[in-house]
Amino acid sequence: MTPEDMDLLAALARQRAGLRIESDKAYLVESRLNPLARREGFESIEAMIAALRAHREDRLIWAVVEALTLNETAFFRDREVFAHLRDELLPSLSRLGRDRPIRIWSAACSTGQEVYSLAMTAAEGRDIAPAARFEFFGSDLSDRCLEKAQSGLYTQFEVQRGLPIRLLVKHFENQDEMWAITPRIRQAVRWRRINLLADLSSMGKFDVILLRNVLPGLDPAVHGRVIESLAARLEDDGVLLVGSGESLEGVTSAVQAIAGPSGLFTRAAA
Amino acid sequence: MKTCLVVDDSRVIRKVARRVLEDIGFEIAEAADGVEALAWCRAAMPDAVLLDWNMPVMNGIEFLRHLRQEPGGQGPTVVFCTVENRIEAIREALDAGADEYIMKPFDGDIIAAKFAEAGLL
Repeated sequence: MTPEDMDLLAALARQRAGLRIESDKAYLVESRLNPLARREGFESIEAMIAALRAHREDRLIWAVVEALTLNETAFFRDREVFAHLRDELLPSLSRLGRDRPIRIWSAACSTGQEVYSLAMTAAEGRDIAPAARFEFFGSDLSDRCLEKAQSGLYTQFEVQRGLPIRLLVKHFENQDEMWAITPRIRQAVRWRRINLLADLSSMGKFDVILLRNVLPGLDPAVHGRVIESLAARLEDDGVLLVGSGESLEGVTSAVQAIAGPSGLFTRAAA
Repeated sequence: MKTCLVVDDSRVIRKVARRVLEDIGFEIAEAADGVEALAWCRAAMPDAVLLDWNMPVMNGIEFLRHLRQEPGGQGPTVVFCTVENRIEAIREALDAGADEYIMKPFDGDIIAAKFAEAGLL
């Protein structure tokens, strides 16, 4: 790839999805685009980029942008965050006794491990009121990630990253060489392809929104806009979780940090 | 320093596991089957046992059942590490008193994560 190729990719990723692609990370970009170029029937990444330049075909542009998203994820990533959800946040939401479901959204869910971890957490929490109902939503920019998430099928390697063995035994079944999450957990989640730069007002309101380990992959220029548009989707006492160690200092005044593990925010008082 | 007994009939696996576990701060003892492992435990109960399933003389699950009946045998945290990956086998291991379970092949990250999960780190 030439520097001009990298510039083109970075510009498309930034304009379409707010992604941050660093110009010195050509090897990373190549490793993500190689499988796509092969699937699309191109001889090389260069050939694919040439076609992109020549035709500006929307479908191919999106396929490229989606392939450039980070999809690093794991079950129960950051155990203290999930312990807090299990022991504090979900129990306190469940005890409000509202006559509507508690709505939780994993806003860049990649291959689904985070939102399935949430569904398992809600099923496991001892202090969660039994009458409470939960609705889980997973959204991502990448259709391929969503397809995998929706299938609920994971490799042996994936189920050994963060998932306690007792939860594997309880919520998964062997399926050929893979592990399949049980229908009970799988059917608790609704999926949708969502670009976080788009208008999110049709999404309704949520009690908990997770946007963990996403901001580092986004152009800093869109951080404020994305956080504000998610904050507007929070119920009055809703909670936004970003990754531990991700600061929103100076990004926006729409949210304020709250007590608990690092990364918890609520809507700032108007 | 915490001690971990690595029980596996493959010398190669014992060596790999030793290296990973030493890196995360364990002192290592090795045994090649369940009988040898039980003798180790009777002499000095380890904090942790990394346990293969299929071994000659006495296999992992038999060793675990014996261990849990020894004086002090409830103490060690036992992490299976085996090619057995059927859910029934995992259930059997948990029922016999295993704390965590690794399906081979493993790498250093998986061992460290599972040991953390079992409260050993």
